[in-house]
Amino acid sequence: MFKYLKQLTSLVAMVAVLFTFTTETMAAKKSKTLKNTQKKGFVRCGVSQGLPGFSNADAAGNWTGVDVDVCRAVAAAVLGDASKVKYTPLSAKERFTALTSGEIDILSRNTTWTLSRDADIGLTFVGVNFYDGQGFMVRKSSGITSTSQFKNGISACTNIGTTTELNMRDFFNSKGISYTPVAFEKADEVVAAYDAGRCDTYTTDKSGLAAQRTKMSNPDEHIVLPETISKEPLGPVVRQGDSVWEDIVRWSLNTMIEAEEYGITSGNADMMKSSDNPAIKRLVGAEGEMGAAFGLDNDWNYRIITQVGNYGESYKRNIADTGILPDRGPNELWTKGGILYVPPSR
Amino acid sequence: MKLKKILPQFLTLLFIVLIFGFFTMNAQENMDTRGIEFGFGFLKQEASFDIQFSLIDYDGSKSYARAYLVGLLNTLLVSAIGIVLCTILGVVIGVARLSPNYLINRTASVYIEFFRNIPLLLQIFFWYFAALRALPMPEDASLLLGTSYMTIKGLYTPAPIWNNFDVFLISLIVSLVIIFFFNRYAKRKQEDAGIQYPKFLISLAIFVIIPAFTFIFGGVDLQWSFPELKQLAKTSFTYEGGVGIPPELIALTLALTLYTATFIAENVRAGIQGIGKGQKEAAASIGLTPGQVLKLVIMPQALRIIIPPTTNQYLNLTKNSSLAAAIAYPDLVLVFAGTAMMQTGRAIEIVAITMATYLTISLSISLFMNWYNKSIAIKEK
Repeated sequence: MFKYLKQLTSLVAMVAVLFTFTTETMAAKKSKTLKNTQKKGFVRCGVSQGLPGFSNADAAGNWTGVDVDVCRAVAAAVLGDASKVKYTPLSAKERFTALTSGEIDILSRNTTWTLSRDADIGLTFVGVNFYDGQGFMVRKSSGITSTSQFKNGISACTNIGTTTELNMRDFFNSKGISYTPVAFEKADEVVAAYDAGRCDTYTTDKSGLAAQRTKMSNPDEHIVLPETISKEPLGPVVRQGDSVWEDIVRWSLNTMIEAEEYGITSGNADMMKSSDNPAIKRLVGAEGEMGAAFGLDNDWNYRIITQVGNYGESYKRNIADTGILPDRGPNELWTKGGILYVPPSR
Repeated sequence: MKLKKILPQFLTLLFIVLIFGFFTMNAQENMDTRGIEFGFGFLKQEASFDIQFSLIDYDGSKSYARAYLVGLLNTLLVSAIGIVLCTILGVVIGVARLSPNYLINRTASVYIEFFRNIPLLLQIFFWYFAALRALPMPEDASLLLGTSYMTIKGLYTPAPIWNNFDVFLISLIVSLVIIFFFNRYAKRKQEDAGIQYPKFLISLAIFVIIPAFTFIFGGVDLQWSFPELKQLAKTSFTYEGGVGIPPELIALTLALTLYTATFIAENVRAGIQGIGKGQKEAAASIGLTPGQVLKLVIMPQALRIIIPPTTNQYLNLTKNSSLAAAIAYPDLVLVFAGTAMMQTGRAIEIVAITMATYLTISLSISLFMNWYNKSIAIKEK
């Protein structure tokens, strides 16, 4: 009889432990992500499985790209070192589950901001780091130069689980063209199938098309058609319910864009600390208490600029110099004819 | 004494309930804090994505529930074709493995060892990507059997166009019913009076003659629509008319069949070898022909050894068909646990439905095979 009593007590103890655990996590809810990140010593960042210019790993496993730079900026702000990021490559299908389940803390993976994603599934979009639109790629030899030349029976390769799949349907329906969608889980397989001739066209975001074209067996044989069939504002995403963390990621991105606006670069940030312009001084931590609101020190934005650079530097390094999209198009500052416009840091 | 028996069971039960309770509560709480709601209402919403290949009428204006059905039917289709083909191939290879002809049995062994020991996903990729690249573009494809084209975009075959198809279908059912009763009658005659009818030939005749009559008297008519080459752009072609079977389905069926057949072949060999030599000799000594020995003595006993492990292989094939997602065959996992999950964000609900569906399919196959196994078991008289 005594034996079972002992079992029972241990069981009760276990249940008690489980309950204290749950109540404790509820109490520490407010800025849990920041606390956990500082405790772990690295930012957990979800990226793509390899999209040149946005998030791509080289042979040595170093990640580069404009999406990667957002995570590096957050690491610089929160941990003081831009290299303290743990990258998790995710397929389009896995990305939101990985974020909502807490496997990663930032999803920076060329993800389109839409109403249903923002409102419905426990996500919060913090901004736009690339304005994109969906386009089509075809073989040059086909002689197609515009989507108006598409005919009934065309087959289109794409990824599952993306807005691409939905836009494609809207586009072909509005034109009254019957088509065959061939949807793969991984981008590499889409490219392989299109390259082999399984599909007449390959559709995804235009930046994606430009990047994937560099992976084809013969890039010169393919062209991206001029038409853009959708708005695709791409940006970083965080879990709903941690507004402090959300603010940190949002303002890390904003800092990069605003730094470019004021001409602050990784090279001249030190000099800018003694600038006459208060707006510039605020951006390099020389005036005001900008970090306090997040529970960070005052040099958080200075570190972002010195370690990662401003948005223009990031774009040039990752997208322009690699030959993917040398022309910045809409991703130019509002002062230079683009649509990049962020609220002021003050 | 009784308490000693009940208490551990009670505690185990309590423990399991608490664990489940904890996980449910935890999930509930986390979903609440992140503003995720639980519910199946999304199934009625418009899916708004298209699917490459569907057995039923579907387009993006239909509901998620309909998209689920499309995925389910595609999974069942590839599983059914795979099960039939791998059974035929498995039996042939299994018997070939026992052939006294050195060349035949070595070839069978090499086939089994080769396909059994390479991971299935790799085989699917091989058939899809490597074999696909070797196929001609639509404009270069040559005619197969005078009617079909095998191209990189799929197999295009003539499509049947029926008139009064329902009459034809009814005639098929009627002929099957007649065959069933005829066989029962023939069996009774043999048991009572020892009269043997050529059962197979007569059944076949009924199966052919009755449906054939409907063409003459029932107004049934069958015509074929042949695939024709259509130019989409300067160097881009496709086929119109006829039926287009996607290369994804062909590659997946091939891979599943060739892989699973190796296991079935081994089951068949084990089943046949499991029957004592004495059985064969005894059957021969009472004057049965070799064909009759196999059909009446060896196979009925061997089947009892073959069926249970083969059931497992059927289940494996069905579950393995979910690897379809890798090559864009729109099965349940790709359509529902892929696209639909992504578009709705309802991960918990959709994964639960998908798991329940696979469980139901597997248990159904299991139940059917258990029933079949029982029906061929030795009936003690």
